[in-house]
Amino acid sequence: MAKKEKKEKGAPARAVVYLNGMYLGFHENAAQLVREIVEKRQAGELTRTLNVSYNEKTGEIHLNTSGGRIRRPYIVVRNGKPLLTKEHIEKLRKGEMSWDDLVAQGVIDYLDAEEEGSIALIAMNEEDITEEHTHLEIDPLSITGVIVSTFPYPDHNSSPRLTMASAMMKQSLGLYSVNFNHRLDSRAHLMFYPQAPLVNTTSYTALNYDKRPAGQNFVVAVLSYYGYNMSDAVVLNKNAIDRALGRSVFFKSYETEERRYPGGQKDKLMTPSPNIVGYREEELYRNLDEDGIILPEVEIKPRDVLIGKVSPPRFMEEVATFGITEEKRRENSITAKGGDYGIVDSVMVTESLAGNKLVKVKLRSLKIPEVGDKFASRHGQKGVIGYLAPQEDLPFTKDGIVPDLLINPHAIPSRMTAGHIIEMLGGKVACMSGRTVNGTMFSGEKEQDLRAELKRYGFQENGEEILYDGITGQKLKATIFIGVIYYQKLHHLVSNKMHVRSRGPVQLLTHQPTEGKAREGGLRFGEMERDCLIGYGATQLIKERLLEESDKTIAIVCANCGSLGVYDFAKRRETCPVCKGTRMERVEISYAFKLLLDEIKSLGIFPRLKVGDKK
Amino acid sequence: MPKIKQDSSIDAGEAVGIIAAQSLGEPGTQMTMRTFHYAGVAEQVPLGLPRLIELVDARREPAKALMDIYLEHEHRKDAKMAQKIASEIEYVTIGDLCSVVENFQKKELRITVDTEYASSKGIKTADVVKKMREALGKEGKIMTKKNLIMLRLNSNCQKMRKTSMKIRAVQMKGIRGLARATIIKDEKTGEYFIRVGGSNISELKKVDGIDFSRIYTNNIRDIEKHFGIEAARNALVKEIKQVMDLQGLPVDIRHIMLIADAMCARGTVEPVGRHGLSGGKFSVLARAAFEETIKHLVNASIRGEEDPLNGVTENIIIGQTVKLGTGKVRLAMKE
Repeated sequence: MAKKEKKEKGAPARAVVYLNGMYLGFHENAAQLVREIVEKRQAGELTRTLNVSYNEKTGEIHLNTSGGRIRRPYIVVRNGKPLLTKEHIEKLRKGEMSWDDLVAQGVIDYLDAEEEGSIALIAMNEEDITEEHTHLEIDPLSITGVIVSTFPYPDHNSSPRLTMASAMMKQSLGLYSVNFNHRLDSRAHLMFYPQAPLVNTTSYTALNYDKRPAGQNFVVAVLSYYGYNMSDAVVLNKNAIDRALGRSVFFKSYETEERRYPGGQKDKLMTPSPNIVGYREEELYRNLDEDGIILPEVEIKPRDVLIGKVSPPRFMEEVATFGITEEKRRENSITAKGGDYGIVDSVMVTESLAGNKLVKVKLRSLKIPEVGDKFASRHGQKGVIGYLAPQEDLPFTKDGIVPDLLINPHAIPSRMTAGHIIEMLGGKVACMSGRTVNGTMFSGEKEQDLRAELKRYGFQENGEEILYDGITGQKLKATIFIGVIYYQKLHHLVSNKMHVRSRGPVQLLTHQPTEGKAREGGLRFGEMERDCLIGYGATQLIKERLLEESDKTIAIVCANCGSLGVYDFAKRRETCPVCKGTRMERVEISYAFKLLLDEIKSLGIFPRLKVGDKK
Repeated sequence: MPKIKQDSSIDAGEAVGIIAAQSLGEPGTQMTMRTFHYAGVAEQVPLGLPRLIELVDARREPAKALMDIYLEHEHRKDAKMAQKIASEIEYVTIGDLCSVVENFQKKELRITVDTEYASSKGIKTADVVKKMREALGKEGKIMTKKNLIMLRLNSNCQKMRKTSMKIRAVQMKGIRGLARATIIKDEKTGEYFIRVGGSNISELKKVDGIDFSRIYTNNIRDIEKHFGIEAARNALVKEIKQVMDLQGLPVDIRHIMLIADAMCARGTVEPVGRHGLSGGKFSVLARAAFEETIKHLVNASIRGEEDPLNGVTENIIIGQTVKLGTGKVRLAMKE
């Protein structure tokens, strides 16, 4: 560029043009270029996957056609008028036109984040459109994702709660599939009597979610109840649960196949005979059929054998003179894991991809809500059951309505989930009117209308009612907010998580207890817990936790040289392998310390233990 | 012993160290989450966790050193005297006073003295020339014209740059390391004191009009060097206490005192960590359990160290009762 060539005032701005991040060239009139590209794209002359962005400050135009950009559809606005007309909608309704046609006609335009933020001006509502606008939001609702769009009154909630509600909706139990009877999912929950919510949204029904719902409408009172619902606990009505509220069934499938091993050996599905290596108690095989597979509709307890299986030995032993005997084969049955109570729902015998005999057993167990089960509304208000109150002890209204669930009033103010409150009002209206209430974001039924309708049905318009204490029969001093709201049962059920251990398996390497429920493990007594016991001066308790209850061993120590000794079975005495001494002492140490000594030895350092009497 | 004193003293075998560590550690974790920041205001002195870490690590140089200098008794309410001393101790170099411009073609340095600033410090152009001469020795030729000093050099560019840097760093006035002196009036006593950035006790000794016994710095190492380990320990207590109180996380001063005592117990201020308290533990096993396991084991084997198993960690490792709390007492048979 020549040195003197300065930009004239009023001359069009120039811009450097990049295509997919790579330098393409230079254009004298940036605004014109951008305008033309957008027009050509909408006319279909340029690919519809193209998006433009223009940064006036840096004088850069970015054209993007690459994949991986998130794009969203908008209605094109030209000269202050949206291109989508009543005729279009009518044709769409009749099925004479499709979405793709609209896109092809340039009525609908897809924008990416960059174009949306630089050159496009998007009107939220049709009334807002001015001459400058280029696009119109299809519906203000589309600023949220699919899941939030199914929540009632999300525009009245704080956004973190919506995030949490979205996360929790994925954990709710419902009718996950209609062919559940023929499926063998490794784990599956199925809810009894799921209901469509009384307060729903346009997109909820549009998604046909009400055909496969995941939750039930609960009568909820916002009321503390003897401390059983503090800190996000909830109190449930025991009688409502007996009437199958919140009830679900849990399916768990086990499977195994008759594998073939190199050397022509094969697993065999059968009830193992007592002479097989690793034979369990006879009791555990009692419900196996002739083929070694469990019978349907049989009750199962943990450790019960579901599929009897006998496998060839893991290592080839020296071939006996009379060939490999049956006795050498080992027990390899599939058993119900710890905590798995239930009934055999179905048994399937089929063939695996490799052509082996494949057996799947589905266990079914009824999950009636119990203390510790988790429930959540669609406003990020989750809680676990703290108490199942008998109906006669719960407060009731003048009409005799007893709440199914009590949430604590402290759950509301700090979380600012006003949507929860409004849904409760809406649910109440829906119950009285016999229709569903539309709670779609921005366009749902207004709170004022709901209040007015409540008033017409003879309720207080704020949703509060006078309650009578179920225990004393007296009026509660305050009026209580009570309504109907959709609650979801979440798949965190205590019965699937509960785990205890007194004695149990230990790790091979450290001789310390195993970790985790699946391995019947203990709970870790960690460093910070140890520090606390030291702080209390609870010396004996530390020793018990860290030694006695963990990896205590008796070590044989040479009094002469201080190395660990061994028991010589041939001579039937303890000796020192280092100095051949026989003056040995028995010392109580943790196995972990023995390991430490071994590791130190592997460094080439000889640790000596000086033993003596306790002072 | 008076009963109240007897009742207040801690029981033998109480795990004071662990309790002190927990009492400081718990609010410490709180601090990481909500260290108080004032939006838009650059922090003058590190507060909260960064400062706490600095203290506990016994850093040689705090990120922002500060000194409070009090005046002698007779001038303590004299603002002018304070101003005078402040201007005397504030470190000023030629670079601060003048603009130094190099002319490599003419092989000369043009040094323009900011007369306004210089006179406020009581410095004349002649003083600058004198100091320059001292610094340069026989090098170069100096010519003066009002506040402009010309230095002719007969050397190449590199050497010229070196000389110019040297001149810029020449001290004109004040004490090395002390900057930004401000006069503050103590509202309670009505006396004036000087708050100055940086820390340099040894040079302040030579300044007249200062009450040396009341001088304070937040540089613990400096205090240790000039006033001894006891003073350093007291300063540590004061500083840690201040950090915790400022965060609204009050900690009982005894915990802080214990930590300060532990840090100073060996006669020098030692950090809490592998180079100090933990690394200085007697037991091999306790050191190896903390950090640099192999280093400690190998060194112990070279020296043939023996572990008498008196500490807490060692006894937990081998699975014995700890000599603490209920494990402190032992029964003996009557002979």
